[in-house]
Amino acid sequence: MNVAPPPEAKMPVLVGKPDRAPGSRLPLIAVVGHPNAGKTSLFNAMSGARQKVGNYPGVTVERKSAEIGLPGGSRAELVDLPGCYGLVPRSPDEAVTRDTLLGRQAGEGRPDAVLIVADATNLGSHLRFALDVLRLGLPAVMALNRMDMAARDGLTLDSGLLAERLGIPVIETVAVRRRGLPELMAALETAVGLPASPTSDFTPSDTRQLGRDARAIAAAVTLAEGEARRTTRRLDAVLLHPVIGPVVLATLLFLMFQAVFSWAEAPMGWIEAGIAWAQGLLTSALPEGLLRSLLVDGILAGVGSVVVFLPQILILFAFILVLEASGYMVRAAFLMDRMMAAVGLNGAAFIPLLSSFACAIPGIMATRTIAEERDRLTTILIAPLMTCSARLPVYAVIIAAFIPAQPLWGPVGLQGFVLFALYLAGIIGAMLAALALRRTVTRGPAPNFLMEMPAYQLPSLRDVALGLWLRAAAFLKRAGGIIMAVTVVLWALASFPAPPPGADRPAIEYSIAGRIGSAIEPLVAPIGFNHEIAMSLLPAMAAREVAVAALGTIYALDGADEDSTGLVERLRGSWPLPTALAFLAWFVFAPQCLSTLAVVKRETGGWKWPLFMFGYLFALAYVAAGVTYWTATALL
Amino acid sequence: MSAPFSLNLDSLATGSSARVTGLRGLPEALAERLLELGFEEGAEVEALHRAPLGGDPLAVRVDGAVVALRRTVARGISISAPLSSRP
Repeated sequence: MNVAPPPEAKMPVLVGKPDRAPGSRLPLIAVVGHPNAGKTSLFNAMSGARQKVGNYPGVTVERKSAEIGLPGGSRAELVDLPGCYGLVPRSPDEAVTRDTLLGRQAGEGRPDAVLIVADATNLGSHLRFALDVLRLGLPAVMALNRMDMAARDGLTLDSGLLAERLGIPVIETVAVRRRGLPELMAALETAVGLPASPTSDFTPSDTRQLGRDARAIAAAVTLAEGEARRTTRRLDAVLLHPVIGPVVLATLLFLMFQAVFSWAEAPMGWIEAGIAWAQGLLTSALPEGLLRSLLVDGILAGVGSVVVFLPQILILFAFILVLEASGYMVRAAFLMDRMMAAVGLNGAAFIPLLSSFACAIPGIMATRTIAEERDRLTTILIAPLMTCSARLPVYAVIIAAFIPAQPLWGPVGLQGFVLFALYLAGIIGAMLAALALRRTVTRGPAPNFLMEMPAYQLPSLRDVALGLWLRAAAFLKRAGGIIMAVTVVLWALASFPAPPPGADRPAIEYSIAGRIGSAIEPLVAPIGFNHEIAMSLLPAMAAREVAVAALGTIYALDGADEDSTGLVERLRGSWPLPTALAFLAWFVFAPQCLSTLAVVKRETGGWKWPLFMFGYLFALAYVAAGVTYWTATALL
Repeated sequence: MSAPFSLNLDSLATGSSARVTGLRGLPEALAERLLELGFEEGAEVEALHRAPLGGDPLAVRVDGAVVALRRTVARGISISAPLSSRP
């Protein structure tokens, strides 16, 4: 009864879909376009919070995908390919896009359909890329994006004629306002069902010829030309002004750091209160003993002291996301390029470095868009010097304990100013390090700077919220995983062995942690570090913020009284000021993050550079802490 | 010194427009990228902004896009005589 289907019915399927990724049976739709076409906004609008973020095997390029439902009831996998200007790759990111479209990318099937995102306000340039992609023979749909901006500029396009000339459906969209989505989904559903006739021997086309064709089509479909980007030009006249521009940038950055410190205060208070409430509940519900100690002093105290910084991290990310989505970030890179050039970097390094203020890991991963290998390596090596949000918990506790909350100038407080100074110290350290690296280990030709500046747009609240959600989830996962494990191990190290009966010193002195701390102590004593700091340095290797969790655990266990006074009060009572300042200086430079080192290993393909980074940062941290301690001791 | 063949994008005054006449002396990959960004023969360019501290890099409108590039690269983009000067 089993009759094999006629071979001719099966053949096109085999030719069109040669190597589907294992486990994925859904049709694959690839989203492609220029880096500034609004691709990611469109992908977000279509996929919402269901997106999965992973990595392509063998290369360190992020793979963003989502399963979506199409209007006719079928489902498909949507993958957001890295933005590129052409099919001749100039970076690992662009190679992934090219190879995926050609069906050569490992771990990815050949797409069943391509969604080409083009910016209506810059059609000529975007059409060239579209024409190149169409040569591949895959069913395609074009999203003619930013139609609202085109209309605002007075630009009128005939999308029907464009569809006719390209031979594919063209749907007008406004990704950030979710306009045109149902039509786009319907067109994609049809495209997915079309037979593909992909070319396997792709030869790069002549860029000039493609450009001529693209401009001819763009001219034909343009019914009325408006004054291009009126609003953007007016804004740029101010924001890129040689004097006002840098002032605005500096003000924005300063505001960002003030906001991180002051706006987060209230929600942090709520989280602290919640943790204290849970601790109280457990303390009264459980009998005194090891389990209660583990839950209250180990897990709740440890994880709580990290989760409490979530509001600050979210505020920082919100700023970065808004600056990125509005189009300002590239302007910042433009303004910063001269300064970056002075230390042998380029303005493109500004964005990865700014991301590193949130976390060095996404920052280091963002360096993949830097084409020149030496530029990229230099940027990777200095990225950990940008003050990541994991350092904020450490700074926040020490500043709260040792820097008086008094106004300095207008709305600017002394605490905020010290925080700003710490960030500045990291930046200056990074610049000096870059200068030294470019003259020694990463010596090479002068880097270049070439970037498209997108039109400004009001970021969609939804895009920012989605970005925040993805980052908050990643942070909490980290807090829940590695940080909790480290906290529990530390609690155990600090609890066992128990002190002998009638011990006259704090219990922690008898534990394994106490002994490890004592062993490290002579090494760090010259730079003013005490026993407790020595003990917190090792666990902080898991993640910098663990230093706070570690100090919390150490001090909560150290001494008989329950933690009626917070960590801030405890530190204020037991550390001299020079020690606190040396501790801050240490954290500006210290290479204390195993995940960063692991990412550097993956990005540079070996242990050479992560070990080099560890060595040079450790030396910098030791010297900086030492100089701070000796200077402060002499002056105070 | 100011013969037409020596005009390049770096010499274009801010606010002025011109047409691209070609790319010279630039590495192959860089020239390709510039073509992809729209710096083709005949494309209209307009000098928009100069960065602080020495006017490097500069921002240029090319067709509908605005591109930021360094002066060394701008010197490799030959242009026609300025089309117009804004008042």
